Amino acid sequence: MVKIPNNRAWWLVLPVFLLVAFSALVPLMTVVNYSVQDIFGPGQAYYVGTEWFKEVLTNERLQDSLMRQFLFSGAVLMIQIPLGIGIALMMPKSGMKASLVLILLAIPLLIPWNVVGTIWQIFGRGDIGLFGWALNSMGFDYNYTGDTVDAWFTVLLMDVWHWTPLVALLCYSGLRAIPEAFYQAAEIDRASKWAVFRYIQLPRLKNVLIIAVLLRFMDSFMIYTEPFVLTGGGPGSSTTFLSQTLTTMAIGQFDLGRAAAFSLIYFLIVLLISWLFFTAITHADKEK
Amino acid sequence: MAEIQLKSLAHSYSATPTGAEDYAIRQLDHVWEKGGAYALLGPSGCGKSTMLNIISGLLAPSEGDVLFDGRRVNELSPRERNIAQVFQFPVIYDSMTVFDNLAFPLKNNKVPTSQIKARVHEIAEVLEIGDKLYKKAKNLTADEKQKVSMGRGLVREDVSAILFDEPLTVIDPQLKWKLRRKLKQIHEKFDITMVYVTHDQLEASTFADKIAVMYGGQIVQFGTPTELFERPNHTFVGFFIGSPGMNLIPVERRPEGVMFNGVFVPLEAWQNNLLQRVKSDNLKIGIRPEFIEISESPSDDSLEASVLDVEDLGTYKIVTVEVGGQKLKVRQSEDFHSDVGASVHLLFPKQWLMLYVDEFLIKEQQ
Repeated sequence: MVKIPNNRAWWLVLPVFLLVAFSALVPLMTVVNYSVQDIFGPGQAYYVGTEWFKEVLTNERLQDSLMRQFLFSGAVLMIQIPLGIGIALMMPKSGMKASLVLILLAIPLLIPWNVVGTIWQIFGRGDIGLFGWALNSMGFDYNYTGDTVDAWFTVLLMDVWHWTPLVALLCYSGLRAIPEAFYQAAEIDRASKWAVFRYIQLPRLKNVLIIAVLLRFMDSFMIYTEPFVLTGGGPGSSTTFLSQTLTTMAIGQFDLGRAAAFSLIYFLIVLLISWLFFTAITHADKEK
Repeated sequence: MAEIQLKSLAHSYSATPTGAEDYAIRQLDHVWEKGGAYALLGPSGCGKSTMLNIISGLLAPSEGDVLFDGRRVNELSPRERNIAQVFQFPVIYDSMTVFDNLAFPLKNNKVPTSQIKARVHEIAEVLEIGDKLYKKAKNLTADEKQKVSMGRGLVREDVSAILFDEPLTVIDPQLKWKLRRKLKQIHEKFDITMVYVTHDQLEASTFADKIAVMYGGQIVQFGTPTELFERPNHTFVGFFIGSPGMNLIPVERRPEGVMFNGVFVPLEAWQNNLLQRVKSDNLKIGIRPEFIEISESPSDDSLEASVLDVEDLGTYKIVTVEVGGQKLKVRQSEDFHSDVGASVHLLFPKQWLMLYVDEFLIKEQQ
């Protein structure tokens, strides 16, 4: 076949370019534009340069919520990844039981975020919520609206309930893809259960785990609705995460310039950490 | 090392077998002696791999017993039976180096580190992968992976037996031959009971001292390659071993011999005697292409046949002849010449003429 060079073919890329431009580039540039201005109202915008960035980087409220955010995402990954792998390992391999477990696991994933928040808000209440009432009658002084530790515990528990099934389902699919011969060989080689996990299952789960870690990190790092509905960020600001701080700043205080600068930094952090995770996992076992 | 005995063993993959066709292995008794090199030969689906998995313990037989040195091991796992098995397709631990792969079974057995090192190097030398010991196993070629896979089977010194399930399927022919020799050498050196499953007769006879031929879930013959060739115990063995396989002709009983389509074939006296005593009418005679003699002039007992085809295979010729409506293959030397359609005279030497009743060989009784 003879290839005919024809640069007009580039026009074929135009629809995609336009789509990406309108869905990502234009809004992003708007944010970039806002981030270098102080906006008081329509027609009342003043160029301020990098002032917002400097301020955002030294703003204590933001830094506190950034720390909380790291703590939360860290906890989410530390709990949900091992727990998800554990659940996947214990799930039945086939038959009716497997289908049943899969359906049960998938249920939390189908519930909308704010409904999840509402469910746990009621569930955790000491007076009418089964969970809160049960804890209280067992003698625990549990009150998620008043106590920081209880609030964190409830937010984490809610997220674990909502999203661990995703990790479990991903790992389950990864485990099912391992050929039976590997288990047979391990049995012949007299490998312990731990060795089977460490040398057969875990290496073969790597790809799904990359996806699971990235999804759970990004999702948890951007969490908004569920804690907002459950605790409203309280008590005090103990469960106020980055998204909520940002929303308060942009919509509550109509501080568009500062919120825009903050959004950009927020975006870069998510991007950077996702990249770090990805690079770390994919390069972990490259040959020296 | 152990003697492996199978006692009235049968296996069905169906939970409620209703008939013989539901069984992958039908009622068999067999002994694999200590330190022997055996091949288990048979076509695809004859139950070879099933039998191997039952010996290793990956599969529990539905009926009968597996005995290691007289001890019943039915309920024991492969781990407890201390058995090594190499699979058809390479199974490697791809996050480990070649060294760690080979050392894995030893580490699991708590062998001291110094011994592990020595043993792994020894096996790697034999398999010629010594220079790749510190490479990641997943970067190896398919051949090398299978060598690693085999190495893991060979590395333990104290195993009851090593089982090979068509281990050379993925290896290219040149290397196949070499590896087979290697296995043979390893067997001679370490004197471990080895059972080698294959559907390739050449592979079986180069590796094994004795071959068990499986057909329809049963071992139809267990013997040396020569025995299988000269005295096939079952028509299937005759047909399966040899290239081309044995000529088998359905025949009818006659005094002093047998007859097919008006062609009379005389038999030995003892064969005739035995033939009078059996009831079955499922009779066949069999003779290897190598043993049929062709001459141009008739003699006593010779049969007239016409030549249908002559194939020159380079070092010998395969002649297809027709006798009484039956096509027979005859192996002749390179200097045999005949025109298609020519009439020739066949001679069946009596010591090579086998008689089969219900597919099984009628043997002379001592």
